Amino acid sequence: MAEKIFAEAINEAIAEEMRRDSSVFIMGEDIRLSVYGATANLYKEFGEERVLDTPLSENGFFGAAIGASLVGMRPIVETVTSFMWVAMDQLISQAAKMRYMFGGQATLPVVYRASMMYGSGSAAHHSDRPYPMFMNMPGIKIAVPANSTDAKGLLKTAVRDDDPVIIFEDANLYGTRSEILEDEIPFGKAEIVKSGTDCTIVGIAASVNLSLDVANNLEKEGISCEVINPRTLVPLDKETILKSVEKTGRLVIVDPAHKVCSAASEISSIVAEEGFWDLQSPIIKVASEQVHIPYAPSLEKLVYPNIEKVSKAVKKTLE
Amino acid sequence: MEITKEIQKLMLERMWTIRTFEEKVMEVHEAGEFVGAAHPYIGEEAVAVGVCLALKDTDYIAGNHRSHGHPLAKGGSIKKAMAEIYGRVDGYCNGKGGSMHLADFSVGILGESGIVASSVPVATGAGLASKIGKKDFVSVVFFGDGASNQGACHESMNLASIWKLPVIFVCENNQFAITTSYQNSVAVDNVSDRAQAYNMPGILVDGQNVEAMYEATTEAVKRARNGEGPTLIEGLTYRFEEHSLGLGRVRRGEYRTEEEINKWRDRDPILIHSKKLIDRGILSEEECKEIESNSYSETDEAVEFARNSSFPEPSDLYEDMWANPIPKP
Repeated sequence: MAEKIFAEAINEAIAEEMRRDSSVFIMGEDIRLSVYGATANLYKEFGEERVLDTPLSENGFFGAAIGASLVGMRPIVETVTSFMWVAMDQLISQAAKMRYMFGGQATLPVVYRASMMYGSGSAAHHSDRPYPMFMNMPGIKIAVPANSTDAKGLLKTAVRDDDPVIIFEDANLYGTRSEILEDEIPFGKAEIVKSGTDCTIVGIAASVNLSLDVANNLEKEGISCEVINPRTLVPLDKETILKSVEKTGRLVIVDPAHKVCSAASEISSIVAEEGFWDLQSPIIKVASEQVHIPYAPSLEKLVYPNIEKVSKAVKKTLE
Repeated sequence: MEITKEIQKLMLERMWTIRTFEEKVMEVHEAGEFVGAAHPYIGEEAVAVGVCLALKDTDYIAGNHRSHGHPLAKGGSIKKAMAEIYGRVDGYCNGKGGSMHLADFSVGILGESGIVASSVPVATGAGLASKIGKKDFVSVVFFGDGASNQGACHESMNLASIWKLPVIFVCENNQFAITTSYQNSVAVDNVSDRAQAYNMPGILVDGQNVEAMYEATTEAVKRARNGEGPTLIEGLTYRFEEHSLGLGRVRRGEYRTEEEINKWRDRDPILIHSKKLIDRGILSEEECKEIESNSYSETDEAVEFARNSSFPEPSDLYEDMWANPIPKP
């Protein structure tokens, strides 16, 4: 299959799902003119009723998507992670809790596509990577695509899934190009991006590429890393991770979220609980510093995982 | 507007259903038969009944924390409602929702919400689905004077108006958000005045008059189905009981007087409507009494049903989480 830019892969998935199923529609801010790059041409093809530009009312339209999904539609909502805060009541009190609270009577096939724009001088209010907070709340499935294949395949699965899904799209990947290898990707099935024997590296979203770069570099030094892309955090394919750790005996988790109670924390605790006797050295989490995102480039670059931090962590597990 | 005799009679029956249900809930709560809070709807019955009887079965409603009356007004099962309050498997929500989430989806309910105003965007979304899917149904949301101060409410009214959605916003102005009077917390004289800001009709209705609520709703439904957009209806009513069962610390005299309560109790929606039916010769006094006593019997049966139903089993804990289940972490 052909190579695709990440944003194009998303666009293709939306268009294909909208063609396939007339109950699918999309809404968000400035999507008709595709300000964020993933909704180009949808307005032209599907018209004003299925491609809705919304007012700046996240709590209102996040909730409207829930209501529409309850009565037979399959809405896709486009947003930016940082705007989710103003819609938290709808995401948590309604999307996450409704089905259980109503004893299974409610079915909510709603998808939120949330762009994470970090690492680009956007400062504290526009750089959030909040998926761990949603992992803590039962009721929402969470996807973290790491390349164009994931972007397309996970979104298609999300639209067809009958539960609420948030796709955390790493905006650092939007312009990246990679081959589309699969069309639909099941939730809860991790991908072994690279096989290795000395240390397992689990990367989240764009950190998968970072982990792969580290693995390729270290290979030259004779260190063999296995790189895992979980693809979804809820459900999390812990078996693939545990099996890898069984083989390598070492684990580094690379996570652009804040370090405390991160996705890395959860993966680390699972391996500590269920794979402890396979470990030959302590687990290392390489996650973001526990500060807000500073504007100055000299400071911002210190916050996130990078090649040096991850390489150092892998080497430390081998000491 | 002509209201059929059947509807007039049904109005009385449904109001009695709610009244006796709520009285029973208070009684068994006092006796410690169920856990948690419950928010009695006594005094406000005409709002839910007047609105719901103006709807079709295919229309949707969403409620709030004080919502025992809404599923009952729309024809939901009394037994299942009581069983849910008792936390039993035969309740609407298999015992997982309780008093504040007393939703019967089988009669077109989109849920009730313990978070004030949280159902408003959800109901607006059902209206959006009706429009996009070119369906005929309308969506109604019940919320209070307190909720009318929430952003969710304002955002939803704006969305419904710009998109001309078939949504009816029903404010049950019972005049208090727990102890805070709407007169001290709402910036306009009437909640219905807020409709102006969203370019939709705002109708102030006597919420103790079930027929007035029915008529206003019928008009709003007509507009909604014609594609003319949303309406805000304010039913001015009164909460006869305290905010919540078990909230014993608040004493009436501290935020409202007995005199005020009694004045409103004289405007009991059931008394008002019964009198009309008798005056019109639609029902005799005896027939009204019979409706009342039938309601009490039905409620007693519902309590027996609830008491005899089982609590959920430990194996039910993880049930109802997902439509497409995933492994337990």
